[in-house]
Amino acid sequence: MGKYKKHILYSLYLIAFVAMVVIAYTSSKYRPESVSVLFTDFSWLGNWPKWLDLPLMPYLNEGFDKLIKEYGMFFEGINNFLLGLYTQMKNFMVGLPWPVLMISVIALCYFVSGRNMGTTIMVAFCVFFLGFLSPRYWDKCIMTTCIVVIGMLLCLIIGIPVGIMMARNKKVRNAILPILDLMQTIPSFCYLIPGILLFGLGAVPAIFAIFVYAVPPLIRLTDLGIRLVDKEVIEAAEAFGANKKQKLWGVQLPLALPNIMQGVNQCTMMALAMVVIASMIGTRGIGDEVLLGLQQLNVGMATEAGIAIVLLAIIFDRITQSYGEKIQARTHIKKDIKL
Amino acid sequence: MSKIEIKNVYKIFGDQPSKVLPMVQDGATKEEVLEKTGHTVGLDNVSLSIEEGETFVCMGLSGSGKSTLIRHINRLIDPTSGVVSVEGTNVMDLDQKKLIQFRRHKMSMVFQRFGLFPHKTVMENVGYGLEVQGQKPEERNKTAMEKIEAVGLTGFEHQYPNQLSGGMQQRVGLARALATNTDIMLMDEAFSALDPLIRSDMQKQLIDLQSELKKTIVFITHDLDESLRLGDHIGILNGGRLVQVGTPIDIIMNPADDYVEAFVKDVNRAKVIKAKIIMISTNSANGIDKNNLVKVGEDQFIDEFLPQVVCSNANCEVVDKNGNVKGYITQKELSKALTKENMDNAVKSSK
Repeated sequence: MGKYKKHILYSLYLIAFVAMVVIAYTSSKYRPESVSVLFTDFSWLGNWPKWLDLPLMPYLNEGFDKLIKEYGMFFEGINNFLLGLYTQMKNFMVGLPWPVLMISVIALCYFVSGRNMGTTIMVAFCVFFLGFLSPRYWDKCIMTTCIVVIGMLLCLIIGIPVGIMMARNKKVRNAILPILDLMQTIPSFCYLIPGILLFGLGAVPAIFAIFVYAVPPLIRLTDLGIRLVDKEVIEAAEAFGANKKQKLWGVQLPLALPNIMQGVNQCTMMALAMVVIASMIGTRGIGDEVLLGLQQLNVGMATEAGIAIVLLAIIFDRITQSYGEKIQARTHIKKDIKL
Repeated sequence: MSKIEIKNVYKIFGDQPSKVLPMVQDGATKEEVLEKTGHTVGLDNVSLSIEEGETFVCMGLSGSGKSTLIRHINRLIDPTSGVVSVEGTNVMDLDQKKLIQFRRHKMSMVFQRFGLFPHKTVMENVGYGLEVQGQKPEERNKTAMEKIEAVGLTGFEHQYPNQLSGGMQQRVGLARALATNTDIMLMDEAFSALDPLIRSDMQKQLIDLQSELKKTIVFITHDLDESLRLGDHIGILNGGRLVQVGTPIDIIMNPADDYVEAFVKDVNRAKVIKAKIIMISTNSANGIDKNNLVKVGEDQFIDEFLPQVVCSNANCEVVDKNGNVKGYITQKELSKALTKENMDNAVKSSK
């Protein structure tokens, strides 16, 4: 029976393929007058014939228009929510006197890194230099940071549960992996521009773009981390009668945490990279300084802003990385591999 | 009724085990099945019963299916066909909820590479079985401390597993299995990863604990000395088939086939053969010099009285618990018993 199943499946694929070609032929306006021409005039074998065409574009446009028309309210809701969150956060941070903000970032790093002085000093140095490079950068870095943080939260809220589901169920994994491949390979402007149509200009399409761009590594590393947990340890949990929930929260997640933290770290870095690209669709932040510099052919200005971005990246990287290391030290897992 | 009963269990690994099953049932060997269908035979018609309070040792080389067998008992692996019943309950009849209850309260397990939780302290590890049962921290820590003390790890309860040596880690594993106070303990090559000195130490500890606790232990090993030392009964697996089940003496004296014989070939016989097995009965002991005799208990191992006999160049008088003379052992019997070629003859003549 199993053998036949395979053959039936293959012939179904074949039928679908033939049907597709036939439909393409009959619906095309470029087709020859009659089918018999195909067998007398073989010129269609030379160049790709115009009738053998899948007209995807009009359908996609139609679908996209429909999406905006019918679900516009839905997207506007998301837009308002995220924009509100962003504005609140930005206004609060911009409103703080700069020394207060600087000290809070340094304090955050100090406690998150498990009182690691080296990391803290480095981060303090980077934070100071953001403003020191150019006073203009301070507020712009805050805007960028707010967008990255909101995008990250979105990634965490959606990415980690999806990663867990993938690790638990092979079918889910097989379904989601191609989507992740798509998200990682599709050029970023393919979703940046439609993002503007859905959410308007500004911070929200950038957050949307960050999500598309930065969530795949987090999902992948969560999935991998859970699957890499020692099989015997899982077996031990099962042998003592742990149910699924106890196994997940008590064993799998804590042991996968170093890997998940690597995912969070990767996610942050990619979010920062995307927010700079997003300046090209009008997102305000440190990225638009680079853009401005390039537009004016002012290499010095672009480079200066570039340095500020690197400093910002170091701050994000050091804080998330050192938190991961702290957890790793606490869970006592020694791993030599570092991404 | 036996504590654990395994009846005609087959386990085939692969895509379509149920299709390959008839072939295996018809007697195809592991190699044939692998070549023809690409399926691996884990267990091939294994039937055995384990009595309450005994230590049953399951022995075989790697790939013989012994780890697969032990995982059938708590259903970490489902059999392809056959029945596994524990205290009369067929484990295949349990639904997910009942299975979890069954694993929590009926049996515990010790693993080859310890299977400890690296993110939990020794105390949390030992209390894990109780934690999943939903016991409160104070209660379970109390029980955990008792068990930590029982395995001699007091003072290490707040360490993490990777701060301990291999032997100590396995003690934690043992304490964790003891903490849930289940009747049955499954030990999957529990001491195989330890170095010889620590292994023998752990074996002794297990024997001591067992003499107090009288649990039903299923012990997996590839080491014959270990199985002879610990087992009340031994089952020998080869290629998924159970070749022989018997007491340690049975296995040594009457190996069922070449495979078992190869296994027992190098065993230290003096440590496993008892005086009563090789003695000649009082009736046929006429020609023996009875002036120079060493008294030997009938349940003593050769190992225990051999030096005495050799030094004094004497014959042995075998007595039972009440001091009645049961038979004699001369140097001839001893040499026969300890050299393998003469073994069968020695056994025959003693009968």
